[in-house]
Amino acid sequence: MAKKLIGDPIDRIDGTQKVTGSARYSADVKRPGLVHGVLVMSTVANGTIQTLDTTETLRLPGILAVMSHTNAPKLGGMDKNKSGETASDRVLHVFQDNLVHYNNQPIAMVIADTFEQAVEGASLVRVTYATEPVKPGLPTSTDKPLTPPRLPRVDDQVDTTRGDVKKGMAGAASTLEATYKTPTQFHNALEPHAVLSFWEGDKLTMYTTTQGISGYQKRVAELFGMPKENVRVITQYLGGGFGSKGTTFSQAMLGPMAAKLVGKPVKLVLKREHMFGMVGSRSATVQTMNVGATADGQLTAMTHDTLAQTSAFDEFMEPAGTITRMLYACPNLATTHKFIKANVGSTSPMRAPGEAPGVFALECAIDEMADKLKIDPLQFRLKNYAEEDPHRNRPFSSKSLRECYQQGADQFGWSKRAKQPRATRDGNYLVGMGMATTVYPVNRGESTAMVRLNTDGTVRLETGTQDLGTGTFTIMNQLAAEVLGLSPDQVTLGAGDSKYPEAVGSGGSRTTVTTGSAVTQAAQEVLKKAKKMAYSDKKSPLYAVAEAEIEAKNGRLESKSDPKKGESFTSLLKRNGNKPIEATTLSKSGAEKETHSMSAFGAIFVEVRVDEALGEVRISRMLGNIAAGKIVNAKTAKSQILGGMVWGVSMALHEYAALDTRNARIMNPNLAEYHVPVNADIRDIDAIFIDEADETVNPAGVKGIGEIGIVGTVSAIANAIYHATGKRHYDLPITVEKLIG
Amino acid sequence: MKSFDYVQASQPADALRLIGAAPSSRFIAGGTNLVDLIKYEVENPGTLVDISQLPLTKIEKTATGIRIGALARNSDVAANKLIASQFPLLSEALLAGASPQLRNMATMGGNLLQRTRCNYFYDPSQPCNKRAPGSGCGAIGGYNRIHAILGASPQCIATNPSDMNVALSALDAVVQISGPNGNRSVPVIDFHRLPGDTPQKDSVLEPDELIVAIDLPTPKNAGKSHYLKVRDRASYAFAIISVAARLAVDGGVIREARLALGGVAHKPWRLVAVENQLIGKPATDATFQAAARQLLAGAQPHEHNAFKIKLAQSAIVRALQTVA
Repeated sequence: MAKKLIGDPIDRIDGTQKVTGSARYSADVKRPGLVHGVLVMSTVANGTIQTLDTTETLRLPGILAVMSHTNAPKLGGMDKNKSGETASDRVLHVFQDNLVHYNNQPIAMVIADTFEQAVEGASLVRVTYATEPVKPGLPTSTDKPLTPPRLPRVDDQVDTTRGDVKKGMAGAASTLEATYKTPTQFHNALEPHAVLSFWEGDKLTMYTTTQGISGYQKRVAELFGMPKENVRVITQYLGGGFGSKGTTFSQAMLGPMAAKLVGKPVKLVLKREHMFGMVGSRSATVQTMNVGATADGQLTAMTHDTLAQTSAFDEFMEPAGTITRMLYACPNLATTHKFIKANVGSTSPMRAPGEAPGVFALECAIDEMADKLKIDPLQFRLKNYAEEDPHRNRPFSSKSLRECYQQGADQFGWSKRAKQPRATRDGNYLVGMGMATTVYPVNRGESTAMVRLNTDGTVRLETGTQDLGTGTFTIMNQLAAEVLGLSPDQVTLGAGDSKYPEAVGSGGSRTTVTTGSAVTQAAQEVLKKAKKMAYSDKKSPLYAVAEAEIEAKNGRLESKSDPKKGESFTSLLKRNGNKPIEATTLSKSGAEKETHSMSAFGAIFVEVRVDEALGEVRISRMLGNIAAGKIVNAKTAKSQILGGMVWGVSMALHEYAALDTRNARIMNPNLAEYHVPVNADIRDIDAIFIDEADETVNPAGVKGIGEIGIVGTVSAIANAIYHATGKRHYDLPITVEKLIG
Repeated sequence: MKSFDYVQASQPADALRLIGAAPSSRFIAGGTNLVDLIKYEVENPGTLVDISQLPLTKIEKTATGIRIGALARNSDVAANKLIASQFPLLSEALLAGASPQLRNMATMGGNLLQRTRCNYFYDPSQPCNKRAPGSGCGAIGGYNRIHAILGASPQCIATNPSDMNVALSALDAVVQISGPNGNRSVPVIDFHRLPGDTPQKDSVLEPDELIVAIDLPTPKNAGKSHYLKVRDRASYAFAIISVAARLAVDGGVIREARLALGGVAHKPWRLVAVENQLIGKPATDATFQAAARQLLAGAQPHEHNAFKIKLAQSAIVRALQTVA
């Protein structure tokens, strides 16, 4: 087999299992004596449970128990159930009290021999409440906005100012103020949250759906008040998460609590409608932008004020203003973040939290200002190009945004764009082109990886990462193989299980950056040891050759200048005690975190067709040009960008929580009524990576690509609709009623 | 979900006997709607009478037009050559609905009886007079974007979600029904009802009756037809507004017209008087706009669906322009 190189479009290693249905997702796992839990949800948004009548339920055959605040196991670590300093620690509802904070909150679980019995049992639990007035969310809330204690990324300040905004605005030839609204959205991974839990003495095992095995293990142990070594968490396959499986939400505790209560393995799978509240949401936002610029297009001042919502019991803040701080070379700038508390389920990170709604506001405002100044929107962005990060006053580790703009514009035919809006018509359709900058910061956590070079020349790689469905397992093998000069199929991976070395949660586009770096470093360590073994071994053809002169290629170590001089790993190891070489490396950020600003950048171009009379908008063309460091696998990486862009379409045109404001209940909690785009909504879509070498950013040389696709797409679509129709839209999603208005 | 019994019928007479034998029985054919409703605990049948094996799948010529068996699949009817050539409006409407997978399962009779997508109907924790008579209407004063603007009542503002029904209405289709007391024929235009005080009844079909066929009469003057569907995404979404339009124009003058609206009422919305007024008028935008205004006369919007009035009028004009 030909050697597969880094960057090759390699099929994912679990592709066959997934398409043939042999992949066992957590909800597919079976266990002897398994019983089933089904949740009972609140039907009011604010109040206390007065009575919870289980008489009819307990009369049914097969019912084992109804777990509620009246009988749920008490949790030793319940004092830890508070808003954490990181985005992934959210307050859980685990039946320790009778309080109801939002509509569709879990309040009880029926446990039965069969799933069907549990479903019927859940429908027969009768609950009465003492209700309090509903505190509505955005945009209707009239509560006084509060300043959050922190933003989800601890390094981000809540509010910032630089320069003198007042002076900057006064010096502007043109100013703009606009308010942008985005709705509550739900992650809606195709795979529902599921957890199969069983206890063996005081040891707990969970087959579950998590984006962060290590964090999940710690959180569950912490809330039970037991050592984390007693909790084993396994996630072999994930059908997406988008953030809703990054936070350890209530079901992670309710499942094992039920297993404890009935003394049997319990499987708990959320129904689709349960995924609209208890597993997080993207906060609605109301964002006000002020922009000032000189007549020739220099930004003089900007402000970005974000109002978001959080639940009555938590403190998550959607960090919408962070990109505005660093994207353009604007000398005077201020950003603020505030939230209101409402009777909603916890808001939480959802694919590009902050960046997606924030850059929608920013890039629409930039587009509108360019239009006001009669400057091409792309030229306006180039005029204000930030050569250094103006927020941190540091150089970028790499930034190829100019190349993204240029290549994207050429490929898309941006020069053919009509100067005036509402100038292109094709039958009943108005046609428009829009673009926007897209960006996503490099977030790096800590991961450990173990790499073992076996005596047969194969490699074992172990790290407690998980594969969201993005291809992580595939590219971890590629990274290890690359360092050791092997083909990825010579590497076997142990992952998706907390028995492996601790790895970072897959959120914030961190996985390849962090765990990929750990794999790279561990493999480099192994290689170093192997080289040393060779140049120290008198019997090796590489004896006394300088370390830098030795390279790994095709399962061999050989001299760079004389490739014939060398030997295979197998012969080297056989001669040296016939033992594998192993290294375990903990990888985390170094000095670059203080010396450089690190982000991936790109440009999104969109063409839309709008039938104004019928309020229809369709994407006829969409192109993403992305520079994100080294691309490990061209195939899985492209899928990430395309998927992100489709999410952008979804946010711009489709998704919103339809709320009954009387009781704060979400009325479209299913995929028939909560729309995401279908193939027919988007005709041509493409993503192209711009070559970018970055040796500063991290040992793997990569930047995260899981989220950057969505960030600029939302505004690029809104800007294209403006160009088609001459009408600006400030309120997402842009649906039929807004287009005919 | 509740446990239920399941029986299979092999002939229409068996089906009628079985449905009469057990209380709270429901017929099941494709199951594309009923199974969802059972999962959502909207329907709780004691017995499912499976009629999918009844010999009612034929599409055949009759002396007056075409007869479609009640169990013919939506996908088969849409692709049928007789239908596609003589009643393309029906093919168009069927293909505008659902997804290929659903159309492969859904039957003609089942589609006639497709239940509303009202958000409150689907949520058993909320009031709904259609699901639980006397409990109230959650949509009035609640979230009502997809709801009716015509023909609604203080008890119910649900809409009929079917695309097929709108086309059948414009085609003057007739529903053939078998019951314990024999057979009867009901024009589609009279088959579905307005909610009034009994919104739990979507149609005039009695619980112990079985739809056996749908007749499509050959129009005097076929003209051109078009099914226009406005929806939130390009596929796999229910109509916000739809229009089934049929127009025979001769020398710029309208000779025959049929116009049915979907997404606006508890049944496909047709006003025969408006159609009659079109006859003899020039096929111009002014004529179409006047018809659109008349068809929407008396529309009563709710908080989230006022846009449907303007949208419906635009859609009517566009559909008529397409077939003029």
